[in-house]
Amino acid sequence: MSERISGRLPEAFLAIGSSGFVDFLAAYDPSLLPSAGVPSQGTLDTPHGTTIVAVTFPHGMVMAGDRRATMGNMIASRDIEKVYPADEHTCVGIAGTAGIAVELVRLFQVELEHYEKIEGAQLSIEGKANRLSSMIRGNLGMAFQGLAVVPMFGGYDPDGDRGRIFSYDVTGGRYEEHAFHAVGSGSVFARGSLKKLYRSDLVPGDAVSVVLEALYDAADDDSATGGPDLARRIYPVVAIVDADGYRRLPDSELEPIVQRLVNQRNTRPNGPFAPLPEGDAS
Amino acid sequence: MSVPFYVSPEQLIKDKADYARKGIARGRSVVVMQYEGGILFVAENPSRALHKISEIYDRIAFAAVGKYNEFENMRVAGIRFADLRGFSYDRSDVTGRSLANAYAQTLGTIFTETPKPYEVEIVVAEVGDTPEEDQLYRLTFDGSVGDEHGYVAMGGSAEAITTALSERWNAGMAFDDALRLATELLGRDGGTEPRTLTPGQLEVAVLDRSRPRRTFRRISGDRLAEILGVPDDEADSAGAP
Repeated sequence: MSERISGRLPEAFLAIGSSGFVDFLAAYDPSLLPSAGVPSQGTLDTPHGTTIVAVTFPHGMVMAGDRRATMGNMIASRDIEKVYPADEHTCVGIAGTAGIAVELVRLFQVELEHYEKIEGAQLSIEGKANRLSSMIRGNLGMAFQGLAVVPMFGGYDPDGDRGRIFSYDVTGGRYEEHAFHAVGSGSVFARGSLKKLYRSDLVPGDAVSVVLEALYDAADDDSATGGPDLARRIYPVVAIVDADGYRRLPDSELEPIVQRLVNQRNTRPNGPFAPLPEGDAS
Repeated sequence: MSVPFYVSPEQLIKDKADYARKGIARGRSVVVMQYEGGILFVAENPSRALHKISEIYDRIAFAAVGKYNEFENMRVAGIRFADLRGFSYDRSDVTGRSLANAYAQTLGTIFTETPKPYEVEIVVAEVGDTPEEDQLYRLTFDGSVGDEHGYVAMGGSAEAITTALSERWNAGMAFDDALRLATELLGRDGGTEPRTLTPGQLEVAVLDRSRPRRTFRRISGDRLAEILGVPDDEADSAGAP
C-alpha cells in the first residue's frame, strides 16, 4: 500500500513479464476480474442475454443479436446490446448472464488493445480466439453457480481475406464454425432458419437480411428472444466486419430493412420459402 | 576491512546526475511538437522494431530517449497504468497528468534510492479537443516534471534543436511543414554536415485530434517519403538486384 500512497508505480507495473492484461490483473489485483467473488452456494436470478447469430460472406462476416434480456419470466431489458466490437477487425456477441458477460467483453477489449500496444502488433485471429477461450475457462466456477457466459467470436482474417466465426462452451472449449452459427436460448430456431437461408455467395446486404430473418424466427418460437420492436424503434444490433473494419449498422439503415421484413412476415408469417431440390417441386 | 570514503550528499547527487546526463546525450534526439491537427512525434530511429515512440491510451502517447531497456520498462508500466485505470474506472478518467505524476514519482524514487539512476528522458503528451487543451510533460531522470508548451526536444542535441524551434515553430503549423521542420532539425544532430534523413531512419507518429477514440497513428513508408520528398532507402535497396 505504501506504493500507492507515495504515488510511484508499484513493482508489478515495472515487472518484466506477460504482454497480457488479464495476466497482469490476476497478479496485481484479481478482485477486478469478472470471476472474482464466486458465490459459495445457491443460485441467483440475474438478467440473461439470449440469441446471437452470425454468418460469413466472401471477405467478411455479419453478427447480430436481439435486444432482450430476461430474468426468469420477466423481461429485464428490451434494449440491451449484446454484440460488441472486440477490436478493429473482430467482434464478440454474448449470451448468458448479462452482467458477467458485459464485464468479460470489456476485459477482452482491453486485453486485445493492451497486447497490441505493448507488442506493437496485433494478435492473429486464432490468438484472439484462444485468449477469449482462457477467459471463459476462468469463469468456470461461476458457471457452476448458474452464472455461465457463452460468447461467440468472429471477425475478418486478413490471412486468407475471409470472415471467420468461433463458438465456445462454458468450459472454454473453442470451436471454429464454418459458414454460420447461433448461440443462446433461441439458437435452435435461429440455426434452423440459417440452414435454409445461407448461401456461400451472399453479398453483405443479403447476409444482413439472413441474420435478421434468423433472429425473427428465434423470437417467434423462443419467449426469451425479442423480435424487432417497431413501436419503440428498437432493432437488433447488426455489425458487419470486413477489410474496412467493424461497422455497426445505424438504426437509419436498419429501419427500412426491418420494416420490409416485418411487412413480408405479415403476409407470410413463417418467412421466405426455401426451394425444394430441382425436379421434385411441382 | 576498508573504511569507505566520505562522499557528501551534494557530490553523490551530482555524480548520479552527470552519469545520467551523459547516457542520455549519447543517443539520437526526439522532437515532439504541436501542429494544427494534433501532436507530432519524430525520432531518428533506424530500428523498425525497437520503438522510441508509443501509444499509451486513447489520447496519450509516449516518447523517450536514453537507454532502451529502461524506457521500455517505463513504457510498459505506463500502458499497464493507463489500461488498469481505464478498466477499473472509465476511459475518460485516464489522463496524461496522472501518468506524468506516476512517472515522476517513479523516476524520482529510482534516482534517490538506487545506486544507478535511469538514463532516460520521457515526454508524455495528451491531445485535447482544442490546441489549448493539449498537454506536453517532459520528465527527466531525477523525476523532475516540466509542463511544456508547443514543442519539446530531447536527446543529444536537444539544446540546439530547441533553440531552432523557438525561432521557427508556430502554433498553427500544417502537418507537412511540421514534419519537414522536425526532420531537418534532427538531421543537424551531431554538429557536423547537415544530413538528409530518409524515411527508413525515422520513426514518425501523431496524436490526431480529429480521430474518435484511439488517436495514435504511425506514419511510415510511402506516405512519409512523399511528404519528405526523399525516397525510402530501404524500399530502394529491396528493389535493387
